[in-house]
Amino acid sequence: MKVEVRVYPREGILDPQGKAIAAALVRLGHAGVEGVRAGKVFFLEVAGEDRPSVEAQARRMAEELLANTVIEGYDVRVL
Amino acid sequence: MKFSIVVFPGSNCERDCEHVARELLGCEAEYVWHADTDLKGADVVIIPGGFAYGDYLRAGALARFSPVMESVGRFAKAGGAVLGICNGFQVLLEAGLLPGAMRVNRDLRYVCRDVHMRVESRETPFTRLYEEGSVVRMPIGHMEGNYTAPASTLDELEREGRVIFRYSDERGAIADSANPNGAERAIAGICNRERNVVGLMPHPDRCAEPLLGNDAGLKMFQSAIGALSGFRP
Repeated sequence: MKVEVRVYPREGILDPQGKAIAAALVRLGHAGVEGVRAGKVFFLEVAGEDRPSVEAQARRMAEELLANTVIEGYDVRVL
Repeated sequence: MKFSIVVFPGSNCERDCEHVARELLGCEAEYVWHADTDLKGADVVIIPGGFAYGDYLRAGALARFSPVMESVGRFAKAGGAVLGICNGFQVLLEAGLLPGAMRVNRDLRYVCRDVHMRVESRETPFTRLYEEGSVVRMPIGHMEGNYTAPASTLDELEREGRVIFRYSDERGAIADSANPNGAERAIAGICNRERNVVGLMPHPDRCAEPLLGNDAGLKMFQSAIGALSGFRP
């Protein structure tokens, strides 16, 4: 099954990359940009038919490796 | 007295550490490859700087799954002295042997220069020869040294005197302008609750002899010798 895991800086954690990107967007003329948080997306292929168990497994992957939960949040979507 | 120096694919300061231990201090020094589990009778384990596993995913994130890290964890739990320098500090954070995490530097740049730090505590195996409150100059070279942790963890580190080094100016004053990477509370180095595991971003291994124009880092290695001779977990 295809699984998408999004990892992003937690709300309230200073995100220097997001700040720099927001400033660049404003400089390009996108004056309405009020904030950016920059994260990553992992596109996984996971063997299995049972959506809940694949999703639970992907959550464990996020907890154990894909995200550093001290500073990052994540969400999981089974496609 | 033996220093065992862990080598990951991508480590690049293991020889600096070996040189200090063997050539400058006359101690034994051995490399331990990341796929091995035998720490070779270490009195002190050093996780050196570099780019373990290319810093893929996050600095230090993949290194913690190396077989050697289980041995390092056991060694630390038994009270063994562990020093993580720069990337080694990042590995110790990802491995959970020290609390907190690193973000990319405040200015989004790799910073490579000398910094000043105030010695906040001499109560670790690696700092007992420094004077508390004294200022030392050491080089840094990193992209992710912007230390952070939940406020409760930061408070706990402060309360328990576990902030070991803090970025400062040359007189020891803490200021944003003297903080090279934006680290919370100007934290440059910390220790665990038991105080035997220490991590810092600056490189004592790169400033340990007068030939290099600075030997401020030598005392970190010397401290370990005095603290640990005859002690082996």
